[in-house]
Amino acid sequence: MNLTLKIWRQENARAKGRFETYKVENISPDCSFLEMLDILNEQLVDKLSHPVCFDNDCREGICGMCGLYINGRPHGPDDGVTTCQLHMRRFKDGDTIVIEPWRARPFPVIRDLVVDRTAFDKIIQEGGYVSVTTGGVPDGNAIPIPKKNADEAMDAAACIGCGACVAACKNASAMLFVSAKVSQLALLPQGRPEAARRVQAMVAKMDELGFGNCTNTYACEAECPKQIKRSNIARMNREFLCAKVCSEE
Amino acid sequence: MVTLNSKIPQGPLSEKWTKYKADQKLVNPANKRKLDVIVVGTGLAGASAAASLGALGFNVKIFCISDSPRRAHSIAAQGGVNAAKNYPNDGDSIGRLFYDTIKGGDYRAREANVYRLAEVSNNIIDQCVAQGVPFARDYAGMLDNRSFGGAQVSRTFYAKGQTGQQLLLGAYSALSKEIKAGTVKMYERKEMMDVVLVDGKARGIITRDLQTGKLERWFGHAVVVATGGYGNVYFLSTNAMNSNGSAAWQCYKKGACFANPCYVQIHPTCIPVHGDYQSKLTLMSESLRNDGRIWVPKNIEDSVAIREGRLKPTDIAEENRDYYLERRYPAFGNLVPRDIASRAAKERCDAGYGVGTGQAVYLDFSSAIKRLGKDKVEARYGNLFQMYEKITAQNPYETPMMIYPAVHYTMGGLWVDYELQTTVEGLFAAGEANFSDHGANRLGASALMQGLADGYFVLPYTIQNYLSSEIYSQPIPTTVPEFDAAEKAVAEKIEKLMSIKGTKSVDTFQKELGHIMWNKVGMGRTAQGLQEAIPMLKALKEDFWANVRITGDTNSMNPELEKALRLSDHIELAQLMAKDALHREESCGGHFREEHQTEEGEAKRNDEQFMYVAAWEYQGEGVEPQLHKEELNYEFIKVQQRNYK
Repeated sequence: MNLTLKIWRQENARAKGRFETYKVENISPDCSFLEMLDILNEQLVDKLSHPVCFDNDCREGICGMCGLYINGRPHGPDDGVTTCQLHMRRFKDGDTIVIEPWRARPFPVIRDLVVDRTAFDKIIQEGGYVSVTTGGVPDGNAIPIPKKNADEAMDAAACIGCGACVAACKNASAMLFVSAKVSQLALLPQGRPEAARRVQAMVAKMDELGFGNCTNTYACEAECPKQIKRSNIARMNREFLCAKVCSEE
Repeated sequence: MVTLNSKIPQGPLSEKWTKYKADQKLVNPANKRKLDVIVVGTGLAGASAAASLGALGFNVKIFCISDSPRRAHSIAAQGGVNAAKNYPNDGDSIGRLFYDTIKGGDYRAREANVYRLAEVSNNIIDQCVAQGVPFARDYAGMLDNRSFGGAQVSRTFYAKGQTGQQLLLGAYSALSKEIKAGTVKMYERKEMMDVVLVDGKARGIITRDLQTGKLERWFGHAVVVATGGYGNVYFLSTNAMNSNGSAAWQCYKKGACFANPCYVQIHPTCIPVHGDYQSKLTLMSESLRNDGRIWVPKNIEDSVAIREGRLKPTDIAEENRDYYLERRYPAFGNLVPRDIASRAAKERCDAGYGVGTGQAVYLDFSSAIKRLGKDKVEARYGNLFQMYEKITAQNPYETPMMIYPAVHYTMGGLWVDYELQTTVEGLFAAGEANFSDHGANRLGASALMQGLADGYFVLPYTIQNYLSSEIYSQPIPTTVPEFDAAEKAVAEKIEKLMSIKGTKSVDTFQKELGHIMWNKVGMGRTAQGLQEAIPMLKALKEDFWANVRITGDTNSMNPELEKALRLSDHIELAQLMAKDALHREESCGGHFREEHQTEEGEAKRNDEQFMYVAAWEYQGEGVEPQLHKEELNYEFIKVQQRNYK
C-alpha cells in the first residue's frame, strides 16, 4: 500500500504546531498502524530528520500509552481497539491519513503526537483507591462479593487510562475515566467506607484540572477502546448526589 | 572481588522467614522519616515496594520511564497469579507450591527464597482483594481459581484475561495513596542512567529526563532497582517496546553481580512472526492451554499442503492430527511447563510439520466448544480470541489459532541474597530484575506472585535490616565528586553516541542483535552456535559504535537516542548471555543445549558440575568478567529428573 500521511509536528509545548505531509510506500496490510509509523521514522532518520514522536509501549492494547487521533477519531476507525491494535488492512491503497495528538487543554502537547496525561494520575491520587496499607487485611474470601458485582466492577476496572474519552469529548470531559474508577470501587464492599469522600474529591480535582462537564453526547463511550459503559457515569452521578445530600463530610 | 553470601537464615525451611523477621533489625518511626529510599521502576515490584515503604514512613522517590506509573509492563500479564490458598480443596499447600516452583525451575533456584515466596503468596491475594482488585468470583461470591502449566492443582487467581492489569492498578492505587500522603514522590519520564556509589555503597542515581534531556542527580540511603527483565535483547519478544535491561546493566557495571543471564523463558503460545517490519510479538495467555489442544498434522504431506494453501486445518481428520503434547506427556498433556511446550513445538516445526509459515502450530478449541458450548468458551477466553482476531484477521471460533514460541521473560538478573540485596551494599533488586526465585524456568502465573511478594512482603522487611545501620548517615549532597563523575560519564556517552553520525539506524542494529540472539542463543543452543555468536556480537558492538546514526537533538524528546542508549547496553548484555550459555554445559529449564539431551529429547541436567548459580562480576571494559558460583544445596527437596510424563 502507498499512503500519504498528514502528521502534526510540534517541537514543544510552547512552539507553534503544523501539519507536515509524508509519503510511505509498500506498506503491508498486516502491518500495524504503529509499525507503519516506525517505517516512516526509519525514512526520516535516513533523511537526517527528527523522527515523529509518539507514545507507545506494550503494543497489545493494555498499557494505555498510545493514543493518536486518526482521521478525526481517537484510536482510528475501528471500534474497541487502541491505536497499537489497529492494522493497515483497515485502510486502502492511496489513502490520505491525518494523524493528530489528543486535543484537550488538560493534556498539553509535549512534542509532536505526545501529550502530558499526568492530570489523570492527579485525579486518581485524590481518592481512586481503598486506603489500606500493606498487611493486616482479612482473608480474601472473608467477604463474599456477588459475582454480578465483581463482574461489573471488573468491566469498569478495565479502563486503561489512555485519554481517548477526553479527546473524543467536545467538552474535554473526563467523566468516563473518573466514573470507571468510582464505579469499580463503589460496587465492591471494600470501596464503600470511603465512597462518599472519594467521589467528591475526584470530581473536584477533575474540575480543578480543567476537564469539562458531561453533556450526554456519549462520544466517550463510542470511542473508548475498552468499551467502558456510560452507565458508569450515571452511577457516579448518583454516588455524587448521595454524597452531597447524605454525607456528613 | 566480591564474595557471594546468600545470608540464608538457619533452621528448618518452614521457619526461616519467621525467624528472620523475629531477628531482623528495625528502624523506629522517627528515624524512618530521615531515611531516603530510591525505587526505580513502577511495575508490580517497584510500585508495591514504594507504596509499602512509603506507608511505613520512609521518604521514597520513585522513577519511571513512561508518562504514568500505570504503564509498566506488568500490566500486560494476562493469565493470573498463583497462591497456595487451597480454596478448591484439591490438595494444594505452601509445601506443594514450593515444590512445584522448584521443580518447574529445574532445580536451579534457592530453596529458602522459593519457600518464602510460597509462604507469602496467600498474603498477596488478601492484600489485592482488600485494595478492590476485582478477581473472578463464583456464584457464591467466593474467589475462583483455574489451573496453569506445571501444576496439578487449581491455584491461579485471575481477573478475566487481565490479571496483570488489575494487580498493577491495585499497586498503582496504593502508590497513588502514598503520593497524595506525601511519603512517596513520583518522577515520570525519567530514565535511570547510572547508580552512584559513595564509599562502596549505593547512594543515588543519575537520571535523564526524557522530555528535556536533562541529566539529574538523586540521593538515597538505599536504591531499589525494579526495572524488569531484558527480553528485548532479542528485539522480537512479548515485552513492551520500552522494557529494557539498561538499569540492571548499569548496576552490573558498578559491581553488582549478574546471575544466570542465559536463563531466558520462551513462551509457547505467541502469535507467530509474520513480517520483517514487525515490532513485537503478542502473547496468547497460557490459560488457553486449559481448554485448547495443541497439534500439527500427523502426515508431513498434510503440513506441506496447509503451508501451500491447498488444505485448511479443518480439513484434517481427527485421526490425522498429532496432539504431540498429549502424546509425549500424558500426565500433564497440554499443561506442561513453558520450556517443555516451547521445545516440543520447535521440534515438530524443525522436523517439517509446522503450519502457516512453517514456524507455527495449531491451538485448537473445537473440542472445547463441542464440550462446553461456544458461550462458555467465550466467557472464559472471549477477550483473548478477540485480540487474536484483531491481529491476524482470523476467527478462532471457526479455525484453530496458530501459535509459536517467543521470548517472554528472563529468569536471570541481578544476583541478590536472601534480603534481595545485590553484591553492592545498599543496592537492592526486586521482581524480574533479580534472579532469585524461578531457577532456570518460571511457571505461569508466578511472575505476578514474585513481583508482589518482593514489593509488599519481603523488601519492606529486609531493607530495614540494612537501613537500621544507616540512621546515623546524613544525606549526602549530590555535589560530591562521585555524583560529578557519574553524571560526566553519562554525558560523555551521550555525546559520543550523537557524534558518530553514521549510516545505520538504531533499529537496524536492534534487529541484527535480535537475529544473532534468536538463532544462536535462543531455544536450542549448541557450543558451535554460541562460539559463533560471541565474535558476531563483538563485531556488532564495534559496528554500532562506529556506524550508528542518531538524528535529532539531546535536549528534547528523542526516541532514537533513548533506543540507542538502551541498545548499547543490550549488546553488552547479550555478550554476557552468550558467554554464560556457553559455560553452562548442561540443559536445564529455559537453557537447552542440544548436546545435552536424553534419548527422548528432554533436557539433561548435569547436577554434579552445574548445580550452582552463575554470578558474573564485571572486571572493566574489554576484560573478561569473573565467574562466582553459589552452590545450591537442596536440603529439603529430593532432586530428581523433571518428569511430566
